[in-house]
Amino acid sequence: MGELDVAQVVALSLYVSITATVLTSLVGLPLGAFLALKRFRGSWLMRTGVYTLFALPSVVVGLVVYTMLSHSGPLGFLDWLWTPIGMVLAESVLIFPLVTGLTMSAVSDVDESVSLTIRTLGASNRQLMMRVMHEARYGIFGAVMVGFGRAISEVGAVWMVGGNIKGSTQVITTAIMQQTQMGDFGTSFALAGILLIIAFVVFFLIREIQERG
Amino acid sequence: MNKTKWLVLVVVVVAVVLVAAGLAISGAFSPAESRLILATTTSTQNSGLLDFILPDFKSKYGVKVDVVAVGSGLALENAKRGDADVVLSHAPSLEASFMDQGYGIFKWKVMYNQFAIVGPSSDPAGVGSAWNVTVAFKKIADNSSTFLSRSDNSGTYTKEMQIWGLAGLNAGQFGSWYKEVGKGMEDTLMMTEELGGYTLTDEGTYFTLINTLSIVELFRNDAVLFNQYSVIPVNPAKNLNVNVKYAVLFAEWIVSPETQELIASYAANGHQLFFPNAEP
Repeated sequence: MGELDVAQVVALSLYVSITATVLTSLVGLPLGAFLALKRFRGSWLMRTGVYTLFALPSVVVGLVVYTMLSHSGPLGFLDWLWTPIGMVLAESVLIFPLVTGLTMSAVSDVDESVSLTIRTLGASNRQLMMRVMHEARYGIFGAVMVGFGRAISEVGAVWMVGGNIKGSTQVITTAIMQQTQMGDFGTSFALAGILLIIAFVVFFLIREIQERG
Repeated sequence: MNKTKWLVLVVVVVAVVLVAAGLAISGAFSPAESRLILATTTSTQNSGLLDFILPDFKSKYGVKVDVVAVGSGLALENAKRGDADVVLSHAPSLEASFMDQGYGIFKWKVMYNQFAIVGPSSDPAGVGSAWNVTVAFKKIADNSSTFLSRSDNSGTYTKEMQIWGLAGLNAGQFGSWYKEVGKGMEDTLMMTEELGGYTLTDEGTYFTLINTLSIVELFRNDAVLFNQYSVIPVNPAKNLNVNVKYAVLFAEWIVSPETQELIASYAANGHQLFFPNAEP
């Protein structure tokens, strides 16, 4: 059967999931902390909304992003359909609620007396947020890791938006799906092994950074 | 707090670099014409045929063909939305409405193979002794033998519905022996194997998987089971971004005598999978 360019597939999987995780963290971490600390009209609804989106099936995310990026869709002019950058967008949409919501939980977990103490010491809102996020750093690292794990293991959204094009948008998960359909279980298991090894290395590195940071 | 600022700055820089790299590998800076998107059915890709013939197109015209392989229904839908330049499918009725609505420039025959009924070698419904495919389907229904239906918008499913219709039966009223699995051909074949049932398959997919299956071909060779593949370049009048130049070149290439010969020479597990029948 058509030979598989394993290096390309692995590299693209890593690229798409790392980029989606970085972009999502950039917005999701501050937003999560903000939603955890601030109480305003509708904040309860927003928090519940973020958790609700945990349940969004990846195929639905794929379908939504596909219709946006399709040439008949509102973002069709970008020409991002069937491209790696389009896949990054899909994965970002998928993991954004996860990263935001888990950050929210982690920050909410910081004992209220801590934030109260920080406030009585005269900290500004921003200083308070930074300090509390520091206290919650283990939980926040967890949120980022869950986001990465979901992004690299996901198949529905990248299939819909990337198209599993050999040599350009095929990633580990879509390759596994295709090889399985073709009855080549051996290759599927081998790719699954590679995926787990990558995940191990990435989580190991993140842990190392966390221990030092 | 300075440390945090640095961290945020580093992350922002990393993000910008990653996105820029993504845009670069996504071809955002290269002309759209250098990319030809072929929307096709899974059977042409998973059988290995496209991997076998497409390098020739690339070496002749210098354009890589990006294959998006889905069911024929979705392939045509992608094309309607302007998300593909050329279609290679096997769903005549869907293709006809696609052409009627003006989405295709022209439609040319490329190749054919046939559908077949596969099932357990014990053949409890006696499909093997039927004299035509509608009788074979009736036997399965009369015997209430397990039958797996793709139940998607694929060319194979369209064909299955046509045969139930010819047999004068309404699949909507079948009992629990009729299983609507909603999956691709490969998954459906594997489920048929597990459940010891019958299913309708295209021979391309069946021969590709034959070594992993114990179900056997029980009924074939009926005019109704003819499975035609056609090529359709997408009409740029409907979608301006269509790479019409290479789409038409692709259609001309796939019906050319050399490519037709290439198609005929492709085999899996000792079986020829596709039979070229382009009309010059």
